Amino acid sequence: MSAKSSHRLAMAFIWGGGAITVLILVSIITYVFANGFQVINWEFLTTPPQGGLSGEGGISTAIVTTLYLVVITTVLLIPPGLGAAIYLAEYATDNWLTRTIRYGVETLAGVPSIVFGLFGFALFVTVLHFNFSLLSGALTLVCLLLPTLIRTAEEALKAVPPGHRDGALALGATKWQTIQHVLLPAALPGIVTGIILCVGRVVEETACLYVTLGGSAAMPTSLLSGGRTLSLHLFYLAMETRAFDKAMGTGVVLIATIIIINTFTNWLSRRFQTIMSGAS
Amino acid sequence: MNIGYSLPTNKAHRRCDLVKLKTQGVNLYYCNFQALRNISLEIPECAITSIIGPSGCGKSSFLRIFNRMNDLIPDVRVEGTIEMNGISIYDKTVDVVELRKTVGMVFQKPNPFPMSVFENVAFGPRRHGINSRGILEEIVEKSLRQAALWDEVKDKLHNSGLAISGGQQQRLCIARVLAVEPSVILMDEPCSALDPIATLKIEDLMRNLASDYTIIIVTHNMQQAARVSDMAAFLMMEEDRAGILVEYGPTSQVFTNPRDKRTEDYITGRFG
Repeated sequence: MSAKSSHRLAMAFIWGGGAITVLILVSIITYVFANGFQVINWEFLTTPPQGGLSGEGGISTAIVTTLYLVVITTVLLIPPGLGAAIYLAEYATDNWLTRTIRYGVETLAGVPSIVFGLFGFALFVTVLHFNFSLLSGALTLVCLLLPTLIRTAEEALKAVPPGHRDGALALGATKWQTIQHVLLPAALPGIVTGIILCVGRVVEETACLYVTLGGSAAMPTSLLSGGRTLSLHLFYLAMETRAFDKAMGTGVVLIATIIIINTFTNWLSRRFQTIMSGAS
Repeated sequence: MNIGYSLPTNKAHRRCDLVKLKTQGVNLYYCNFQALRNISLEIPECAITSIIGPSGCGKSSFLRIFNRMNDLIPDVRVEGTIEMNGISIYDKTVDVVELRKTVGMVFQKPNPFPMSVFENVAFGPRRHGINSRGILEEIVEKSLRQAALWDEVKDKLHNSGLAISGGQQQRLCIARVLAVEPSVILMDEPCSALDPIATLKIEDLMRNLASDYTIIIVTHNMQQAARVSDMAAFLMMEEDRAGILVEYGPTSQVFTNPRDKRTEDYITGRFG
């Protein structure tokens, strides 16, 4: 095969792959929007669902529950995640213990979310008596997302040019001062992107929360209240009621939320790049 | 020791008079590999000492002994005496953070922090406890003037330190070191990443600084060493790749009348 033909063939595969990906994305979004758009109105977004088998009502409690869960999970996730990342990137020497920790983190990142869900059910819901609650859900999500955040944050810290580290230490800064004032700010774009990715996963997570949040359609009033997130509500509507249009409507809100989160992440990432490289 | 330049007549107390650096029988090992063998020399204060030699002979490793930057590399071992004012800087009681305030370093590739010009220069003083805006502004202006950069950046103090040219970035790094008020400035091939004009500006800067600071510069540019330094140390690799000190003396003597044949071969370009 001549160089030109194999080039054409490769291009065809590459473009084909891209086209298929876009096609899948467009199909899903079109299907959901086509079937769900008609139920979207202010009333839908502000009335609570009736729960049970009827499928009547809106999705207000689901929106609020999702928001609460995002906030609680993020607050619980960042200290241990960032702390572990800083430890692994800056303090840990390369010995069998650190290698084991890293291997554990890598493995956990691949464990399916339902396994984390069942673990959360056993530990938080049952043994610790938190029952089906925002707390149980959030703690389970923390376990699920910790490997992801640790990995992302560690990579962001390692990507800081060694010149910054050397420069700060050579000026008589202590190690912690270097981390606090040079490395963390420089790694911030990557870390923030990692956090927002975790937020995205909280919004989309279903299996994990199915066994820890319970199915209550009511508005949560405390950390120990149960509830349902948008993705869970979609699931219940689809499985337990005949309100397919409302399920798709929930899907529209979900997809819109994810698109907004991703667009914001991209914008923020580009903005950080501009600031960091001094082009502003 | 014949320094080869005339001492300034104003012998008022200079910061560089405060430090006397001396090494004796220094060996440096990276794990089991010996990078330096038996290096002994005395660095004169308030002068520029250059360390020259072919690539890989251990010049940078030797330089980093003076501010203990080698400590950051795992499995590094330093033997021998390295003294500042008669006290070993590798003694257990020595505070490395304080040492690095006295012995500053400028790196080969300019490494300004991703912050504004002002914050770059203020970084050292801030970490050492100075928080008053007024004092910091004074220190920043004084350091930038000393580094011959003030006029070029005085209207751009809050622009990013990365948004200036390479030569300006290196002078910013020098200003950053000066803000900490060291007595010794270590320069590891500071001009190798810069164009000739920027290089000449930095060489001028070095000569101006030499009246107040003890400067040690590693360079593989022999003409630069001949232009700028008062004393020159020639390092070379032996067969087992350990670096040894071949010759050390006033620059004028090392370059025009070297005592060792290997020095002469290197200076005249027969190898290197």
